[in-house]
Amino acid sequence: MSNVAPSLPPLDITRAPEGGAVGPVQSGWRLAVREFARNRLAVVGLGILVFFVIFCFLGPLLYHGDIISTSLSNTDLPPGAGHPLGTTDEGFDELGLLMKGGQAALEVGFFAAAIGIGIGSLWGAVAGLAGGILDSVMMRVVDIFLSIPFLFIVLIVAVKYGASVLGLSLIIGGFTWLVPARLVRGEVLTLRVRDFVSAARAAGATRWRLIDRHLIPNAMSVIIVNVTFNVADAILAVAALGYLGFGLHYPTQDWGDMLSNGIQYMQDGYWWLVYPVGASIVLVVMACNLIGDALRDSLDVRLRRR
Amino acid sequence: MTAYLIRRLATSIVVIIGVSIFIFLLLHTIYPSPAVDILGPRANRVSIAAWNRANGFDRPWILQYLHYMNNLVHGNLGYSFKVNQSVAVLFEERWARSAYLSGISLLLAVLIAIPVGIFQAARRNTVGDTIVTSAAFITYAMPVFFLALILIQAFALSIPIFNFEASQSTSLWVVIGDWHSMTLPIATLTLLSVAGFSRYMRSTAIDTLAQDYIKAARAKGLPERLVLWRHLLRNACLPMITLIGLSIPALLAGNLITETVFNFQGLGLLFYNSLSNVDYNVLLAYTLIGAILTIVGNLVADLALTVADPRIRLA
Repeated sequence: MSNVAPSLPPLDITRAPEGGAVGPVQSGWRLAVREFARNRLAVVGLGILVFFVIFCFLGPLLYHGDIISTSLSNTDLPPGAGHPLGTTDEGFDELGLLMKGGQAALEVGFFAAAIGIGIGSLWGAVAGLAGGILDSVMMRVVDIFLSIPFLFIVLIVAVKYGASVLGLSLIIGGFTWLVPARLVRGEVLTLRVRDFVSAARAAGATRWRLIDRHLIPNAMSVIIVNVTFNVADAILAVAALGYLGFGLHYPTQDWGDMLSNGIQYMQDGYWWLVYPVGASIVLVVMACNLIGDALRDSLDVRLRRR
Repeated sequence: MTAYLIRRLATSIVVIIGVSIFIFLLLHTIYPSPAVDILGPRANRVSIAAWNRANGFDRPWILQYLHYMNNLVHGNLGYSFKVNQSVAVLFEERWARSAYLSGISLLLAVLIAIPVGIFQAARRNTVGDTIVTSAAFITYAMPVFFLALILIQAFALSIPIFNFEASQSTSLWVVIGDWHSMTLPIATLTLLSVAGFSRYMRSTAIDTLAQDYIKAARAKGLPERLVLWRHLLRNACLPMITLIGLSIPALLAGNLITETVFNFQGLGLLFYNSLSNVDYNVLLAYTLIGAILTIVGNLVADLALTVADPRIRLA
């Protein structure tokens, strides 16, 4: 034909075209991870979270600060030799307390979020798939629980049952599942009209198999984003409970409890009792929020940069 | 639209009934009767059972629930056996102060968050936007009590401008006029709300600025100031209405912690004292009223949105 550019070679279908190597197959998750890694703030957030996990759980193996026996000759020492972050009014080492308190905060945070997401996804998926009366009733139950101010109901139950890590996680998780339930139900409503669900149904899949193998894995992006925000909220809730005095007590430590002990000495200028703990809480919550924001951006296909 | 409103109202009533049953049941399980408080901690089981029978606490829970709700709608919120006062009187002393604290914080937060959000959207990705977004992000991640502590340390202890304790006066007018004591508590709640609102406002404003009618207005030659004022402001405020309605539970919770930190004699401090005293009648009444306020707040926000946004009204 006359309008073919003369510089192009004749088409040779037996060889791969020029122009670069063919990369490995990119699955959706790989692309999301790559997008996540491009977001520098998110990587910083992930780094902060990993640092705190290592600091709180492996730190006590390396640094033996005394947090069990009181030592009245060592009370309220400022940061110095032997005590990098000073001591409290009972002679406990502040850095050791920070590590131990972080263990409780992180444990409750992750466990409560896991419970919340577990119950919430199932609830939402069942409601979304069932439709009709069952859906209305289940969503009304979610509305009912959502109307109760979260902190109040958690405080009331924690007064009686909240003195352990397991108790706190169950209580906080028991009121965190509501928002994931709504989100997963929305996703399932979108997903259940898709062809792969019809195909699975035609192949004889039971409703349970549909939920387990098809709906929840495809709603996973919403679930993952929500989990990170739930961890942040749970850590804030544990800190608030501890501050008000209804969290964990000696010998388990808890950042909120440490803060409430520390403020008594603010006017004396004992800043090391307050600011390291507060900064730790803020950093961990901020890290979770950063990761959650970045996950939301990277798992949303429309926002991806090519 | 009327059908939608009626359906919404009916749903709210169902939710209110459901919430009240759940809260009553929960507190009834934790605290079946005040017999131990009245008879003393060493009362034996026989006298407790006799007292329960004499005062109606051994009836099935549904009857007790109906009795409680009947009292509630007649204004009798129960009796606090720890403080020896009726709960309604306790609330009556304090609600105006708490309402003032929450109300003024909400108002200031909205007045600050809207211009800040629009500024962030208009100056997107510049230095100004980055600073404000980072500040909002850090404040959002802070627990309320830590923010309050930082403010107290900075503005009441190191540089003694304000008082580290809120106003202890019982007169609402004195409280309103007492800027020396009330500024820090109001600032704490306001900053917390602004952090949450401005994140949302920023993303709404960015979405609105991408709309075609903004492009048309700019193409017509409208000055940028008028574009922001006449078009962006009105359309970006709509999600704020929903957000205000949804922020009532957060406001109540923030109130609780702020009043505890600043020792402000409001409903939040009453709740905290009742928790420490294990005064379940006050807790029950407070949680119920909080839940009802949340539901009513959401309903009002929905209605306000329907009124403000013609697209919903005419749909």
